[in-house]
Amino acid sequence: MSNATLEHGAVEHGMPGAYEAPLFGAYSKKVGMWLFLASDSLTFGALLFAFSYNRIYTAWPTPFHAASIANATIMTACLLSSSLTMVMAVFAAQRGDRAWTRNWLLATMVFGTAFIVLHGMEWTKLIGEGLTIPGFPKPASAAAGELADVSKNVPQFPATFFGLTAMHMLHVTIGVIYLGVVAFRKWFLPVLGVLWIAGYFLIPSDNVFHYGVHALGLGLLVAAIILFLKPKDYDAHDVEVAGLYWHFVDLVWMFIFPLVYLMSTRIS
Amino acid sequence: MATPASVHAHAPQGFIRKYIFSLDHKVIGIQYFFLALTAVFVGMFLSLLMRIHLIWPTASLPLVGTIQPETYLSLLTMHGTIMVFFVLTTAPQGGFGNYFLPIQIGAPDMAFPVLNMLSFWTTFVGFVVIICAFFVTGGAPLHGWTGYAPLSALPSAGPGEQLGADLWITSIAIFCIASLLGALNFLTTTLDMRAKGMTMMRMPLTCWSWFITAILGLLAFGVLLSAGILLLMDRNLGTSFYVPLVVVNGQVMGHKGGSPLLWQHLFWFFGHPEVYIAILPGMGVTSQILSTFSRKPIFGYRAMVYAMLSIGFFGFMVWGHHMFMSGMSPYSAFAFSILTMCIGVPSAIKTFNWLGTMYKGRIRFSTPMLYAIGFVSLFVSGGLSGPFLAQPVLDIQLHDTYFVVGHFHLIMGVAAIFGIFAATYYWFPKMFGRMMNETWGKLHFFLTLAGTYAIFMPMHYLGMAGQTRRYSQFTEVAYQTKLLPLQTFMTYAAFITIAAQLIFVINLFWSMFKGPKASDNPWESTTLEWTTSTPPPHDNFGGVTPVVHHGPYEYGVPGAAKDYVMQTDPATSTAH
Repeated sequence: MSNATLEHGAVEHGMPGAYEAPLFGAYSKKVGMWLFLASDSLTFGALLFAFSYNRIYTAWPTPFHAASIANATIMTACLLSSSLTMVMAVFAAQRGDRAWTRNWLLATMVFGTAFIVLHGMEWTKLIGEGLTIPGFPKPASAAAGELADVSKNVPQFPATFFGLTAMHMLHVTIGVIYLGVVAFRKWFLPVLGVLWIAGYFLIPSDNVFHYGVHALGLGLLVAAIILFLKPKDYDAHDVEVAGLYWHFVDLVWMFIFPLVYLMSTRIS
Repeated sequence: MATPASVHAHAPQGFIRKYIFSLDHKVIGIQYFFLALTAVFVGMFLSLLMRIHLIWPTASLPLVGTIQPETYLSLLTMHGTIMVFFVLTTAPQGGFGNYFLPIQIGAPDMAFPVLNMLSFWTTFVGFVVIICAFFVTGGAPLHGWTGYAPLSALPSAGPGEQLGADLWITSIAIFCIASLLGALNFLTTTLDMRAKGMTMMRMPLTCWSWFITAILGLLAFGVLLSAGILLLMDRNLGTSFYVPLVVVNGQVMGHKGGSPLLWQHLFWFFGHPEVYIAILPGMGVTSQILSTFSRKPIFGYRAMVYAMLSIGFFGFMVWGHHMFMSGMSPYSAFAFSILTMCIGVPSAIKTFNWLGTMYKGRIRFSTPMLYAIGFVSLFVSGGLSGPFLAQPVLDIQLHDTYFVVGHFHLIMGVAAIFGIFAATYYWFPKMFGRMMNETWGKLHFFLTLAGTYAIFMPMHYLGMAGQTRRYSQFTEVAYQTKLLPLQTFMTYAAFITIAAQLIFVINLFWSMFKGPKASDNPWESTTLEWTTSTPPPHDNFGGVTPVVHHGPYEYGVPGAAKDYVMQTDPATSTAH
């Protein structure tokens, strides 16, 4: 170091008082996650704008019947319960209880997975009844009925429905993988790999999830890179940050559920 | 405070961890810089082909052959996209922001070094994907950098609209992800990692500009990501978000009921903030350089900060002024017009503050200073046509003419590039440890300034005369041939300007290896990057964190020993 100006009162790295007080006294990763969520809310905001734009300028059909609503209500209950178990996981992490952190995280993942599976079955059922977009694989028997008519007459209805819910489902899937990596580190990777391959071979090729399951493969790749770069264990802060993401995804569903499901139903 | 101190105690060894997959923000900054340098030459080459085609449409060129009209559209699409995304967004923010934001606020690195590395490599993948669009069947897309639907949404709409357009959208989506991850890293770093004494209002204006740019990037790129995903769905899954019932070549497409306006709303909600993403860092570096080389404090530091904040704020409320001719309601056009003209106020505040900074200063006309003055010049001459275009009535005449092309090239293209040049000449000594050649730098400046004015000023006249943009040939159209001499003049000016850029490149690489060694503070600047050694050590300040006692621009302080007071000098000499 050739310059003397630095010497005046300079402090060593990491010493208390070396930095200005951070925003809200928050842990940096927490600030980062809040900022990501701000950005992500605009990503969803744009999709909701596209949905509203179409809904305003189109005679919007209301084809969903009671079975769909019942199923979506159970899905909503799953997500709400998962937020509760997530909170429990954060509490357990903050008191240093590793076993229960892991258990509560696992419970959250189970609820999240249940949501995805229920949603997948719902999609499959709707596509089977004719609510579809041209790019999806065609089911074996051509469907007829109200949903098939909607797809034909108002293609914006299935397009916004599948677009919005697919984006949300992708976020829930990323969330489950995120929690899996936080809870189980590298041991989660083989589970993910097995799910990916099993999904690909077990889901028939006329089902859209036969292709959608590759999101797990992509998740596996990203998770492996992150674990390679950051092999150390995660702490309570990381669990809390993961919780922020999880609650956000939950919150987004609280917009999608009434907009896409409840407002597309006839009350007879 | 999560200081990554332990991580940074030791610099990584080995070529790959040190130079390729480096976590050091300085190496990543230089990687961004060279990515942008590569991209700017690709983009410039494309513009050269366009200029040649405009006046010699049938000429057979070496390597590329005769340019077809649809190839002209591909060239302009790729020129615009590469320049806007991979140059104007990448160099000032990713390049210089990455390198100097942590140093200027006294941090050892960005808040998330791993994320920083991933942002760069994601951007790189995006660049590779968009370059691939040239080489696939059908070639590069035709839809312009704005990607207006339904042209961009129908693979059968033209030769480049097949796989090339898919690659284009994919590249943009990848770039969006990289940019928003980068933006949140910048914001967290600025909020959480400022050294003791570096309050927000003591940050150099460069840091403020990167900070505000990051806010814009964080909010704008998320929207473009969604818009791009919906466009991909329209193209590949047969949905109809953007496509109404259309007939292409006598064939009814399977789409129905979509709205091309939806794309325009979503795109310009991103697209207008993107203009400020390109120009704000240039404003920051211009402020820094004008103050340093005028040996005067910046005129109205707080006004500068608030002006940038309000430009960023208004930037999100004016996207509709790109859509006056789209059939949007005239009432909303009125609102967008008023809001757009509001941006003139903070812009004027900035301009007058720059002039006030130079007024009665002891100006040192070094190359960075010349480029900063050039930035102000271009900012004024490009900006003044803005209020014209903001009037819906005038826009009916001027929309989609060369007037618009001249306007945005001067203010968003060349002014931002001048900001990049100013930053390059100013920070080169710190980044590479050597000085750039001043004589060649000044020659480069005068040729570039004269050349860019010669290219883009005549475009205003062409536009007022009604010459439309995006037309590939004017030579065969009777009423257009009268304007051809002006087009020819612009093409020759482009030859000279592009040749002048070779001076820059030679100067850059020659100085990198052979230039005279730079001292720690060659420009006698006051900010933190000039307190550390040249080039800075791995953790920026050699194991310590500086303590800041002063604002960033204390030049010509009465009673001080020198004519400048470093930010780290002890707090005795001034009351600030």
